Amino acid sequence: MTERMTGAQALVRALEHVGVDTVFGIPGGAILPAYDPLYDSTKVRHVLVRHEQGAGHAAEGYAQATGRVGVCMATSGPGATNLVTPLADAYMDSVPIVAITGQVASKAIGTDAFQEADISGITMPITKHNFLVTDPADIARTIMEAFHIASTGRPGPVLVDISKDALQAETTFSWPPVMQLPGYRPVTRPHSKQIREAAKLIAEARRPVLYVGGGVNKAGAAPELRRLAELTEIPVVTTLMARGTFPDSHPQHLGMPGMHGTVAAVGALQKSDLIIGLGVRFDDRVTGDLETFAPYAKVVHADIDPAEISKNRHADVPIVGDCKEVLGDLIAAIEGSDQRGDYSAWWTLLNGYKETYPLGYDDYDDGSLAPQYVIERLGAIVGPDAFYVAGVGQHQMWASQFVKYEKPGTFINSGGAGTMGFAVPAAMGAKMGRPESTVWAIDGDGCFQMTNQELATCALEGVPVKIAIINNGNLGMVRQWQTLFYDQRYSNTDLQSVRRIPDFVKLAEAYGCVGLRCERPEDVDAIIEKAMEINDVPVVIDFVVHADAMVWPMVAAGTSNDDIKIARDMAPTWENEDE
Amino acid sequence: MSRHTLSVLVENKPGVLARVSALFSRRGFNIDSLAVGQTEHDDISRMTIVVNVEELPLEQVTKQLNKLVNVLKIVELDPAQCVQRELMLIKVKADAENRSHVLELVQLFRARCVDVAADAVTIEVTGTTDKLGAFVKVLEPFGIKELVQSGMVAIGRGARSITDRSLRALDRTA
Repeated sequence: MTERMTGAQALVRALEHVGVDTVFGIPGGAILPAYDPLYDSTKVRHVLVRHEQGAGHAAEGYAQATGRVGVCMATSGPGATNLVTPLADAYMDSVPIVAITGQVASKAIGTDAFQEADISGITMPITKHNFLVTDPADIARTIMEAFHIASTGRPGPVLVDISKDALQAETTFSWPPVMQLPGYRPVTRPHSKQIREAAKLIAEARRPVLYVGGGVNKAGAAPELRRLAELTEIPVVTTLMARGTFPDSHPQHLGMPGMHGTVAAVGALQKSDLIIGLGVRFDDRVTGDLETFAPYAKVVHADIDPAEISKNRHADVPIVGDCKEVLGDLIAAIEGSDQRGDYSAWWTLLNGYKETYPLGYDDYDDGSLAPQYVIERLGAIVGPDAFYVAGVGQHQMWASQFVKYEKPGTFINSGGAGTMGFAVPAAMGAKMGRPESTVWAIDGDGCFQMTNQELATCALEGVPVKIAIINNGNLGMVRQWQTLFYDQRYSNTDLQSVRRIPDFVKLAEAYGCVGLRCERPEDVDAIIEKAMEINDVPVVIDFVVHADAMVWPMVAAGTSNDDIKIARDMAPTWENEDE
Repeated sequence: MSRHTLSVLVENKPGVLARVSALFSRRGFNIDSLAVGQTEHDDISRMTIVVNVEELPLEQVTKQLNKLVNVLKIVELDPAQCVQRELMLIKVKADAENRSHVLELVQLFRARCVDVAADAVTIEVTGTTDKLGAFVKVLEPFGIKELVQSGMVAIGRGARSITDRSLRALDRTA
């Protein structure tokens, strides 16, 4: 059935039809026509944020907590350019979001009109795809295509830029439209020959590792991963984007690999003779120096994006496909064969690493707080059912190391882009997507000051997130690098929060939130428990922690994983073993 | 490094050329030559892209290109199994005294004279990169005043067409 309506009405109707229930955004001149019918929609809730960057990260948090496409909306020009950072972030971490931006009227495009920016041109390299729509008849179909592209294959951000005249003009609307994407055909079914080849290598290997990335959770394949791991008894490492995809409590779990990974996880990759990469991209933060990464390993690499395979590390067995199907087929192939690998010697070595080099940290004699202790207690008290959303920096690494994740998707953070300021808006989006769940942001004092204005949105919209500021008064990770590599010359990393500018407790209160402060180890549990009891308004806790804490272990940027340090100038002793 | 010729079928839509060329520069590849035009099908444009890269980076750039939603198909053309042509227009100094010399070379290279003035001729020549290079070399002593050249276009030999299957994909969505 077709109906006459404006382009703006068609946009809102299309959003309703694709199942959108929440849109984060800010109106402005060019997008204004869309906000009029949006006002009447009973299905789509628009959340008025305080900065478009917050809208974008909120859409990311929503998407990662729900598995559905997150949506943000902004006007032309600066409204749209403020979405650039979250779009780049979503592109790096393969988060399905759709950004809808207003554009100046089609006749004015190219004239440097007021609030004009070529946002489709600007976002070309940081979106999976983008559209510029100037014909109202194209709006419904484009929205359907945008959601399809964002959510299928390797997920990612899609931007739809719509000119103001297209929103205002009359058109006919019918649903569903026919998509016109002849060049978009993601491959999800793995090739059976490659599966057989991978199964054969697994049976022959003596030192295999399952290197698990964000793609496994995105495919909803955590149960299959566990089946394969337990069937084969192969050790598992989970990347920053995959924390929780395999339970931390599982004896086969070695932790996170990479720059701040565990000695066991890093060592397992380095000593491995077979890496089974699942939904990973052999990122430099995992591999360290590529030339010396896992020198003895053959590589089975499964990913839905063919361009990731052999991009950084050559794959001996490339498998293009959705990780759920890949894992399902691998399990079937291995169950169908009576050949099993013997990994007992391998486990002896790895268990040695695990026991000798567990994650740890130092407490302070002067009674000040160790940041790791705060995060460790937070994880222990709040438990594995909550969502934990981190910003970027030291606190993010500690949140990855010291919270024990048991469930897939419960750790949300900015991995590839490393976007400071991600946590507060992303936690808001996650809480709106999963209102029944507890959502904690673990943020740094530097990060927090980049996007904390969304506390106003949280307070007004009734989004009771909880925010733990790990306040060391510094841009802590940068300071750590200055300590290690720049002769302790602390150029521009001191945020001077000893002077309490701003006072985070007062700031929280000014935003209609509960503000709490904790400065002593003995108060940590009680304050977290108090925050857990407040469920009607957002809570912000200012944890004032020691400034000198550092993230260990560490593989210095550009060096070999073999040179991992467990503390300053302290390297683990690799056992001599036959290669 | 070696030269590779890619034929890229794309949807005939605004901005597609920008997407393709931006992808090359973003991923750190230089394009030696690029030609784009319509095909026998109104909805499909064809780009012929010549790149000078190793085998492995070529595979990477091809995969990245394939991810562009508007890209329908990519075929690497084997130089031995395809016809490659470039077009060049050259304005050469030539007066009554040496014009016949120049025209003789035009004949030898099976080029064409497309404009004559009192002290210059303009020549149209098509061929492979090597042939055009050789032609420019023999004209240089006369004095080249201006030179303009197209990107390379290429098509596979034999009866097979690389557009057939892409056309069917387009028809399905139409």
